[in-house]
Amino acid sequence: MLIWVLRRILAVVPVLFGVTLAVFSLLFLVPGDPVKMMLAEFVTNPEQVARMRAQLHLDEPVLVQYGRFVANALHGDLGTSIRTRRPVITEIGENVGSTAQLALASMLVAVAIGVPLGLLAALLRNSWLDVGSMVVALLGVSMPSFWLGLLLIFAFSLHLGWFPATGGGDLAHLVLPSITLGAIASAIIARLTRSSMLEVLGQDYVRTARAKGLAWWGVVVRHALKNALIPVITIFGLQFGNLLAGAVIVETVFSRPGLGRLIVGGILAKDFPLVQGSVLFVATAYVLINVLVDIAYAFADPRIRFG
Amino acid sequence: MPSPIRASASADAGPGVPRRFARQRGAMLGAGILAVLTVLALGAPWWSPRDPIRTATRDALKPPGASHLFGTDQFGRDVASRVIYGARISLTVGLVAVSIAVVLGAPLGLVSGFYGGRLDAVIMRVVDVLLAFPGILLALAIVSVLTPGLTNVMIAVGLAAVPTYARLMRAAALSAREFLYVEAARALGGRDLFILARYILPNVVAPLIVTATLGLGTAILSAAALSFLGLGSQPPAPEWGRMLSEGRDYLREAWWISTFPGLAIMLTVLAMNLLGDGLRDVLDPRVKT
Repeated sequence: MLIWVLRRILAVVPVLFGVTLAVFSLLFLVPGDPVKMMLAEFVTNPEQVARMRAQLHLDEPVLVQYGRFVANALHGDLGTSIRTRRPVITEIGENVGSTAQLALASMLVAVAIGVPLGLLAALLRNSWLDVGSMVVALLGVSMPSFWLGLLLIFAFSLHLGWFPATGGGDLAHLVLPSITLGAIASAIIARLTRSSMLEVLGQDYVRTARAKGLAWWGVVVRHALKNALIPVITIFGLQFGNLLAGAVIVETVFSRPGLGRLIVGGILAKDFPLVQGSVLFVATAYVLINVLVDIAYAFADPRIRFG
Repeated sequence: MPSPIRASASADAGPGVPRRFARQRGAMLGAGILAVLTVLALGAPWWSPRDPIRTATRDALKPPGASHLFGTDQFGRDVASRVIYGARISLTVGLVAVSIAVVLGAPLGLVSGFYGGRLDAVIMRVVDVLLAFPGILLALAIVSVLTPGLTNVMIAVGLAAVPTYARLMRAAALSAREFLYVEAARALGGRDLFILARYILPNVVAPLIVTATLGLGTAILSAAALSFLGLGSQPPAPEWGRMLSEGRDYLREAWWISTFPGLAIMLTVLAMNLLGDGLRDVLDPRVKT
């Protein structure tokens, strides 16, 4: 088991290297001269361009640049923001907490709504509850999160005045954004939980348990539930990534500080080091979270470890 | 987890497919909504009551009523006309983005799965790296270098979806190449390209159609999100995501500015999802939910 875990962790290393290469080469995909593009809004004389080029080490051979990029990133140095002239890692540090809070709270909302809804729908198959919840889930996957956010602001902060519409900080500011982000993820989780539960309920061991006279609820709780929730765990890692990415939009809707707003602001201000650094950070976090989920999955399902 | 991959030749399942499709109420509803949207988009100049871009300050922020069915925005532009023209933009963006993704991703996946070996390993490592950027993040990163704009959004959303199709097609090709008739074709001296086109491709068309239909919805959603963030279509184009973000500042006094484009996005994506789910049930009898 330990070897399996180690192997899984080691497998991540090349992916992470690939990620750094992808993020690094972003700068070379810029049509034209990236430095001129970044400086476009300011006065540009050749001297300034040259200084900036030197500052970004763009005057060195590409391989040296990449080596420096990776070495620096390993030391936690993601470069300096052009706009604020502060280290990118500092900017990330100030914003990561807010996004992590949002992602975790949304995950909580998603699981709290999605799993029970999916289970009930499967157990009461073809009832009005099943049909109704699956219609709602279908609407949920089709709903743009930015629109849901605006609707929630309209109802709960402009009309009822229960929660603040914008900003971040305390718990009250977390409610509407996490419901927005979590509701959409819950639709996906509900659909998955339902189909997984239906599949398990059709298995031989469930029939056997029923046949030997166990009560229906006992079978559901002791035999079916555990197995039905295993595939749901895998979707957590995936969904967590979606929540991180969804935070980009939701943070903008609610004007909430966070990594998403940092990235969007960086793109609009053509602050490349900031965009590169934060994108690298989010992708790395996502990859690592997925490894953790995989390991958790292996603990939950021995078939993965030994299969 | 059930995969949408088909193993047998189902694309030519005969006359059964249309009839089974017609029995899917959800899918028919999706197809219906889509048909209406397409007609609206194609004939936008005829259907829309007013010019979607011309401003009329004295008509600003009028609520929905007889003269303006969906009301007017802060510049006095007719929201209904803008929503109708917006269908053109969103459907085009979705189609172009998915086409980019399929044209690049499908051959990569097919070749990867068919040949295997080192080529496969290299392609799949690249795909793994691209999949490390969750959701809209890859599209964001691409837009950041291409500079904001609708064309670049189509490219970004399309490129970001390439891994999905590469993986799908690889898995399909992997299972298809083990079939006896493929082996037979090879034994008879069929060339690779011929085998790929004649025997493998028909087997992978069904999952491709299903995934592309669902992908259309996702692409429209992503593109609208990018425009909402200010990275996509630029004003005064009547793009749904952009309209939502403009309506955000007038939420209190004019709910209709953001509500109707929001509904339009949801309806369009819902139609794609209904259609995709229905097609999967018809084309892929293995996955029944």
